[in-house]
Amino acid sequence: MRFVASMLVAGAVAAPATAGTVSVTIPRLSVAEYHRPYVAVWIEPAGGGAARTLAIWYDTKKRGNEPGTKWLADLRAWWRKGGRSLQMPANGVSGATRPPGTHTIPLPADLKPGAYTLNVEAARETGGRELVQLPLTVPTKAARAAGSHELGAVTLSAR
Amino acid sequence: MKTLALRLLAAAALLAVPAGLSAHRLWLLPSGTIFSGTDSWVTVDMAASNDLFYADHQPGRLDGMKVWQPDGTAGQIQNGSTGRYRSVFDVRLDKPGTWKIGTETSALMGSFKVGGVEKRVGGRPGTGPNGERIAPLTVAEIPADASDVQLTEVGARNEIFVTAGEPTRTVLTPTGKGLELDAITHPDELVAGETARFRFLVDGKPAAGLKVTVVPGGKRYRDAEGARELTTGSDGVLSVDWPAAGMYWLNTTYQDAKASVPRAAGRRLSYTTTLEVMTP
Repeated sequence: MRFVASMLVAGAVAAPATAGTVSVTIPRLSVAEYHRPYVAVWIEPAGGGAARTLAIWYDTKKRGNEPGTKWLADLRAWWRKGGRSLQMPANGVSGATRPPGTHTIPLPADLKPGAYTLNVEAARETGGRELVQLPLTVPTKAARAAGSHELGAVTLSAR
Repeated sequence: MKTLALRLLAAAALLAVPAGLSAHRLWLLPSGTIFSGTDSWVTVDMAASNDLFYADHQPGRLDGMKVWQPDGTAGQIQNGSTGRYRSVFDVRLDKPGTWKIGTETSALMGSFKVGGVEKRVGGRPGTGPNGERIAPLTVAEIPADASDVQLTEVGARNEIFVTAGEPTRTVLTPTGKGLELDAITHPDELVAGETARFRFLVDGKPAAGLKVTVVPGGKRYRDAEGARELTTGSDGVLSVDWPAAGMYWLNTTYQDAKASVPRAAGRRLSYTTTLEVMTP
């Protein structure tokens, strides 16, 4: 409760101007061995150009011979489009894996108006991999797409 | 002349294989080509077989296996082992960038006559009357009174590319010697549905009209061999479409009369690589 209150205060004090919000739903899967998926969210200009990573969720705690970064390349589209040039951990971008449910990511406020493609890619240990793409125009209009196995709904909203 | 050519073909294939027939394809198969994280290792199989990539004939030879680190300096293989059908080794990818791993062999093959008896130079050891192995003769052992000396230079490259982190291009720089691949498309950035472009060079110059064979792995699980024979354009550039993700074996051969070694009448060069194509 206190957490919610502090969030509200923070929101009221420093409401960052965002270009919109992305919601990503990680589906609950009834499988024998479940591991939370690695998820990457990034945007690319529709006419081509550098990708910008908005979020990368991976096993940030695993160290040793096989650190959590070992499987980042399994997000193969993201890895090729720019993940491989990102230093991990990436401030404000990388974070721990998320449980099933809907998670929101703000679109950066400095996003220039124009046409983009929003990409959400998920890869799961002992599971599958899926890429969901959604056209994005800034200023943001509501839009929706959905994955079929590793990802649920991916939605865009104006705020 | 025909028999000599056939023998040269056999000898070339035998350069990197201990024994066996010439028709088999020599291949390197890395466990992956794209790596993330800070402590990546690639493990590589090497063998000769007809069907790709099934080790069911002869192992490859690990002596002469080279590693080029991303900065171009020499690296090393580890945990090398040769079994009945394949050899295996590891490379620790302890530097970010693109690594090259493979063999570059060069040898002289041929024959001469002394007193009407034909003798062979280079190639596979012969067998004596009591079944003993007879080492092949070297060029230095050709006697002064030899006649019908026919020698061919045989050069072969067989290499793979693996990348830790971001791809780099230092190890892709052509040397200007022999038959080699000039990667316009980075060999670790191949995607199904996208066209890759590779230029083939002979002594640094584009090799126009070169026939290149591209064979997908996984032969056992389909009916067709799936091999394609493609040809380089006038600029030496080969365009390859990838119908599906997977490992592909690529091979090409070239011959001409420009041997770099004295007494050799010509040369026969080959280039082989294994490429991994990813899903989009």
